[in-house]
Amino acid sequence: MARAVTTQHKTIATVAAWIVALLIFFPILYTIITSFKSEQEAIQGFALIPSGTFESYTEVQAQSGYFKFFFNSVLLSVGSTVLALLVAIPAAWSMAFSPTKRTKDILMWMLSTKMMPAVAVLFPIYLIFRDTGLLDSRIGLMVMLMLINLPIVVWMLYTYFREIPGEILEAARMDGASLWNEIIYVLTPMAVPGIASTMLLNIILAWNEAFWTIRLTTTEAAPLTAFISSFSSPQGLFWAKLSAASTLAIAPILIMGWFSQKQLVRGLTFGAVK
Amino acid sequence: MATQQTRSLARFMMAPSVVLLFVWMIVPLVITIWFSFQQYNPLNPIRDGFVGFSNYALFYSNPAFLQSILNTLILVISVLLITVIGGILLALLIDQPMWGQGIVRILVISPFFVMPPVAALVWKNMIMHPQYGVFADIARFFGAQPIDWFGQHPMTAIIIIVAWQWLPFATLILLTALQSLDGEQKEAAEMDGAGFISRFIYLTLPHMSRAITVVILIQTIFLLSVYAEILVTTNGGPGYASTNLPFLVYQKALLEFKIGQASAGGVIAVILANIVAFFAMRAVGKNLDK
Repeated sequence: MARAVTTQHKTIATVAAWIVALLIFFPILYTIITSFKSEQEAIQGFALIPSGTFESYTEVQAQSGYFKFFFNSVLLSVGSTVLALLVAIPAAWSMAFSPTKRTKDILMWMLSTKMMPAVAVLFPIYLIFRDTGLLDSRIGLMVMLMLINLPIVVWMLYTYFREIPGEILEAARMDGASLWNEIIYVLTPMAVPGIASTMLLNIILAWNEAFWTIRLTTTEAAPLTAFISSFSSPQGLFWAKLSAASTLAIAPILIMGWFSQKQLVRGLTFGAVK
Repeated sequence: MATQQTRSLARFMMAPSVVLLFVWMIVPLVITIWFSFQQYNPLNPIRDGFVGFSNYALFYSNPAFLQSILNTLILVISVLLITVIGGILLALLIDQPMWGQGIVRILVISPFFVMPPVAALVWKNMIMHPQYGVFADIARFFGAQPIDWFGQHPMTAIIIIVAWQWLPFATLILLTALQSLDGEQKEAAEMDGAGFISRFIYLTLPHMSRAITVVILIQTIFLLSVYAEILVTTNGGPGYASTNLPFLVYQKALLEFKIGQASAGGVIAVILANIVAFFAMRAVGKNLDK
């Protein structure tokens, strides 16, 4: 780029962008700040400097057994993602390397299943879960989250696999590589980055899913989404504790998210924007 | 070079995904359609039976129904407008040369990773609370009366919260598209004397059209089924002022146990989603062919 950027232009852009960015980030920042206040301080009016107490964090765990919910969130998001990958990898692999006339239709159809509003099937699913004893079970919810994210997982893997040059596979085949050798020595090393990206994005999506995780759980399998929602009818104002619980609930995903910006764009736009 | 063998292998590999998704789509939907023609109340099993279209009639004559359809559309359209226009402006701003661009990006994208119940509770309590919220503090600072957001403007409040969650997504996608714009093309246009506005209309906007289409499609899918944000803030109220279609169906099914009516509402939600999906998928399909 030969265009000279004036310092003045850069300064204005910097100031404007930082102001907007801080305004957007403010609710999160204020939550983190409030989590280090005492309950008294929290409702005393606007203040950016907390007294720095960890009281709320210890109390959240003591009163509600916070880490059980946290553990459920980890188990459900990772478990459902691994399940989805097991089912989706073969499908995406075959669609990327032996496409037929119908491949695109199948992909579009898969995407269209995401369009079905969850409420439309709320009661049937509730009935099925109740009658099979899956209500409030981790396995049931794991399968549920797997099904919800499966279209996105297939799509995302497909866009990554499609970029692996088919000639390499043919060359390997000509050299006499068997199918399994082809998969293990040629395909896997090239596919791992795409699979990792897909995994990351889907853990984030599953972690934040807030319809089925709230409706199909009560205590045993309840993850953080259900735990936080139970704060909506508090017996009074416990903002410091609410903030501490919220901070713990979003922190791991926020950090993962910062590292997955590129994958996020690609995954959620089905490869249309890179 | 696809032999018979590889073709059947391909089918075999695709089968689990296709079968799972097909069952997941068809079985619950058929049950919902069946219930939508039944009178069924788990608390009162004596009066069960086939009732024709009367669930649809009941659902339709319920004043909450039209309100909920209207609220659903208002929510989707308002949030789309705010996030697409806001996203374009923000992307243009962040794309400028500046100090600390990486950190600005991280700050802007963050709300997208906040789970909906947390987002809703933080806004409800710490930002929009009529007495202790930050907005109330600001209003009092300027000597104005604090606004009772969830009592008086429940839809506006929910739109603000949902837009806050989705603006980062739109910005990130549009920024990515913007950064793939050829710098030389921009320079050439500049040298030809094209001003900022005409460069934006004739060069930048067409370049971003595909990204904008995708943003609208993805957001519509998620916005049609906003649920947690309403559950933890207004609970659909006051009255039905902030009840959208998903929330109404949830109320009918799991709070009032009017399964027939809830199922009729569910079928209507499917039809609504399909109308939207039809246009959205066509646009995406066309764009993906490029």
